[in-house]
Amino acid sequence: MTAALAIGAVALASASGVLGAALRRRPALGQRLSCAVLCTASALGIAAAVPALAGGGGFEIRQAWQEPFASLSLRLDPLSALFLIPVLAVPALGSIYGVAYWPQEKLGARAVRLQIFYGLVTGAMAMVVLADNAMLFLFGWEVMAVCAFLLVLSDPDRADAQRAAWVYLAAAHVGTFALFGFFSVVGSARGSFDFAAWQGLPAAGAAGGGLFALLLVGFGLKAGLVPLHFWLPGAHAAAPSHVSAVMSGVLLKTGIYGLLRTTGFFEAPPLAWGMVLLALGAVSAALGVGLALAQHDLKRLLAYHSVENIGIITMGVGIALVGRARGEPALVLLGFAGAALHVVNHALFKSLLFFGAGSVLHATGTRDIERLGGLAKVMPWTASLFLVGAAAISGLPPLNGFVSEWLVVLGSLRALDLPRADRAAFAVLAAPTLALVGALAAACFVKVQGVVFLGNPRSDDVARARESPREMLLPMAVLAAACLAIGLAPGLLLPSLTRGAASWAGLSTDALAAPASAAGASATGVSLGAAVLLAALGLLVVLRRRLGLLRGTAPRSDTWGCGYAHPSARMEYTASSFAQILVQGFRFALLPRVELQPPRGLFPGFARFATSVPDAVLDLAILPAVRAYGVAAGWVRGRLAGRIHFYAVLVLATLVALLAWRLLWW
Amino acid sequence: MASWTDMVFVLVVVLDLFVLASSRLGAAIRAVALQGALLSLLALLLASQAHDMGHVLLLASGAFAIKAVLIPWLMFRAIREAAIRREVEPIIGYVPSMILGGAGVVLAFAFSRGLPLPTPEMHPFLVPTALATVWTGLLLVVSRRKAVTQVLGFLVLENGVFVFGLLLTDIMPVMVEAGVLLDLLAAVFVMGIVMFHINREFASLDTDAMTSLKD
Amino acid sequence: MLLRAFFQLGLLLLLPPLLLGVVNRVKAVLAGRQGPPVLQAYYDLAKLLRKGAVYSRTTTWVFRAGPAIGLAAVATAGMLLPVAGEPAVASFAGDFVLFAYLLALARFFTALAALDTGSSFEGMGAAREVSFASMAEPALFLCFVVLARATGALSLSGMLGPALAPAWRQASPALLLAAISLFVVTLAENARIPVDDPSTHLELTMIHEVMVLDHSGPDLAFILYGASMKLFLFGALFVRLVLGFRFDSVWAAEAVFVGGLLAFAALVGLTESVMARLRLTRVPQMLVGASVLSVFALVLLLR
Repeated sequence: MTAALAIGAVALASASGVLGAALRRRPALGQRLSCAVLCTASALGIAAAVPALAGGGGFEIRQAWQEPFASLSLRLDPLSALFLIPVLAVPALGSIYGVAYWPQEKLGARAVRLQIFYGLVTGAMAMVVLADNAMLFLFGWEVMAVCAFLLVLSDPDRADAQRAAWVYLAAAHVGTFALFGFFSVVGSARGSFDFAAWQGLPAAGAAGGGLFALLLVGFGLKAGLVPLHFWLPGAHAAAPSHVSAVMSGVLLKTGIYGLLRTTGFFEAPPLAWGMVLLALGAVSAALGVGLALAQHDLKRLLAYHSVENIGIITMGVGIALVGRARGEPALVLLGFAGAALHVVNHALFKSLLFFGAGSVLHATGTRDIERLGGLAKVMPWTASLFLVGAAAISGLPPLNGFVSEWLVVLGSLRALDLPRADRAAFAVLAAPTLALVGALAAACFVKVQGVVFLGNPRSDDVARARESPREMLLPMAVLAAACLAIGLAPGLLLPSLTRGAASWAGLSTDALAAPASAAGASATGVSLGAAVLLAALGLLVVLRRRLGLLRGTAPRSDTWGCGYAHPSARMEYTASSFAQILVQGFRFALLPRVELQPPRGLFPGFARFATSVPDAVLDLAILPAVRAYGVAAGWVRGRLAGRIHFYAVLVLATLVALLAWRLLWW
Repeated sequence: MASWTDMVFVLVVVLDLFVLASSRLGAAIRAVALQGALLSLLALLLASQAHDMGHVLLLASGAFAIKAVLIPWLMFRAIREAAIRREVEPIIGYVPSMILGGAGVVLAFAFSRGLPLPTPEMHPFLVPTALATVWTGLLLVVSRRKAVTQVLGFLVLENGVFVFGLLLTDIMPVMVEAGVLLDLLAAVFVMGIVMFHINREFASLDTDAMTSLKD
Repeated sequence: MLLRAFFQLGLLLLLPPLLLGVVNRVKAVLAGRQGPPVLQAYYDLAKLLRKGAVYSRTTTWVFRAGPAIGLAAVATAGMLLPVAGEPAVASFAGDFVLFAYLLALARFFTALAALDTGSSFEGMGAAREVSFASMAEPALFLCFVVLARATGALSLSGMLGPALAPAWRQASPALLLAAISLFVVTLAENARIPVDDPSTHLELTMIHEVMVLDHSGPDLAFILYGASMKLFLFGALFVRLVLGFRFDSVWAAEAVFVGGLLAFAALVGLTESVMARLRLTRVPQMLVGASVLSVFALVLLLR
């Protein structure tokens, strides 16, 4: 039954766009129909996943297939179910958003193409999460990558979209190549490409280390771990907003799913793996949020925050691996629960934020926050919902971001329980790192919310803004409500997360029972704290209202600001100034560029000052390396191209080399 | 209450971090002087009954006289001659230097247990403190622009070596220890004279301004 | 038990403005002046609650909600605080994380309310506040982690409870460094000299004062009260960390706690009188220094 639901979900989701294309004559109806089909598919899939999380109802299917090495094997266990839910829910909400944001009646063929690939990418992601065979996994992975590339190119006339899409495609294929390497090695060692045959892989020694490196490159490129994140900002900024929501919210998580699934195959992962993931996650989180602070393109900023949150999730996975290496069930449970819950939470609030950014772009036509301001007066609902997302991503109680970060911090603190003088106890340094990252994220979102929605308009782009239509507000409201619900009652999700941890680590749920009940008791404390907060807030608001009625309020006036005579919008604090203290303080890591044309002469005329923070990895390492390679290759081509003899010699040399290798070494 | 020796070692490391963070030369010189005084105190605290008390007292008072009195006096004279009071922004920057110094301290304390030692360890904090102080001294020499601070870095480095030397007071005779102290004194003397001449010649002790002296 | 809970709640609600009064009195006496009465903050609160409020045309509901959210968050954090070594009203493993993030919530909305006015002064104050707070947060967390390692407990009540006295015997250098670091963080988070000057309105020196320039009437009363409560929270942490003794009688413990708090307020006043305000570029260095001290304390306990 659940198998039929899941397979139906995958099929319907993939086909949803095609249905819309068939009704090209009636574009509005076609788009709404494909949206409805995608939502149905998502409902079916979630209905299949929830029983698997609740303890029963997972399934495994095995079917032979003509393709070499492949078989139609699908599996739904608690780990897959945890990922399946956001994979299906976010695109469904995005398609509702897209009805008003990227309407087929206005954009015609482009919107039809987007619908097709949107459905396909959802179906491919669901297939990746359900696959139990390496070739099926790679098939879904490749479809996902290509469809995402085409989705980023939805607006093909823009130069930044073209460049970002090519960088994305190149990065995705390097990652797939690494995965091919991993799967081939393990598959030929085990003799079968079904994941079921891969349990109990040995992790020790150089072979294990090499496999781990391949996994890191392959899944790290997809997830966006520093320094493999360079494709992320461009691609997520250039895509249409509901596509960016899917890419940031869910596509990156398939990398994390792959990392979890493959590390689950190994018998006894050594301590070094967990510490490496912990360190990489910490660097990604810190660098991601630092670079986000320096951005002024709203969507690029949100993309860098995705890098930060992937770093937090990776830290949770690292802690769980440390727990497996040391045999501490508390670390395994808390690390995995924090990581998995943050996967869901990030999908929720990042989509909410991207929808908000899309609304702002739709209303004002610009993504540059330095040209915005005062939007809350014309778009009150969008502003309030964006505020919920901003508070959630900063990890503030009583919302969901706090709960998952709290679980990861609790996990790192449990490392103190390890025996004295154990190096693994240094995992506790993840806690202050998370504090730094959280505080910097809060700083960044104060800046974004304040500069975009509050204060006075900084340019004329704001003048034509109107509140978004209902179809764009509804998904945002649903996501905001979900954020609040998870933040208020985290203890309800702990049993499902425990089952996920048990299935991943190969432990029984009884082994994890003690830490689970301890975590549950603490989670009740968090809910209590959230409830007290809301009660105190309600009390104070009522008190303030009564005082306001008693004392009266003077009519509105200008901002006092210590005695402004004629306040104007140019006097407002800009976003660059807001971020300046932190960008200057951390300039050894962020490497800001300054372009200065100072005023010269006795009667100075024109002067110019601009700062920018390029992506260090892309602009300082990869692009120069690629250019150097291009120059070298051009030199070789100039010397040798066009001569037939040269090509023939190459063919002959390769043949001779292969024969020699086969005869002499193999 | 943990032992006083623990406190002294911790204070030595805290003084290292203070010198890394300080931009005022007077405060930095006083901190290095205090560190020297603490090291002479350490020599007394770590002495066991097996030692000759006279030898230990000689070492401690010699260290105090040279590290805490004579050399700081020479340094203060040098900066008065050159009329400088503050350090300019170092090559690495204060915040990254503090982070690097802190990282050095953490790594020293975390991993020093693995180091093979010729004698049994006198105190668990001794080797990490020595390593951390040596690291701080080298960081100062490498990253600071004013020659005075580089000399201070050299002094901190010598303090670290002195702490290592305390480990070996059982085997090394007093001659070698005296030799170390004398060598330190000579080096600082020479550096003081050189700095005085540099300042007189170029009216500046900023090593950035002296890069054209090559070839 | 219920009586003790009421007493703790009463302390949390009634004592904070007195701390502000003591700080200002100590500063005045050291400067050779008479100074305002010690109960001045109470009179100020009463006066502000009697007034009406003026709002700017530029502001939205965020400006009006900011003070209420800030005060609610700080008061909820007070529920998690153990007083005088007895367990807090609510305590669970990892509650210090909730404590720190509740204070971050208060700061988030105060900064947003400042940006809502559209004035460059308030924007500047908000920028400085969130930047310095992000550098103080790791230092605060590291102090908590040092305490957790030294006492073996993961909740505030456990860390500052009966396990603290034996921890001081075993690990005094580390706890001393953590206490110094906590004091530096207290000065930074509560906008005291050497980080900020709470008594002037010059642009060069303001961080917290300038964020709340446009609030008036009961809103300003909420903000003033919230700031004093935050000072009380940090003071309670510091006092309990330093005076970690066990007492047989609960009332003796409470008396020592209140006395310690007043001494803490006097210490803050003394520090403010003796030190000059740091140049703003030096504040990050000071906060990073506090973090490095706490990391060193942690490493001492981890080896």
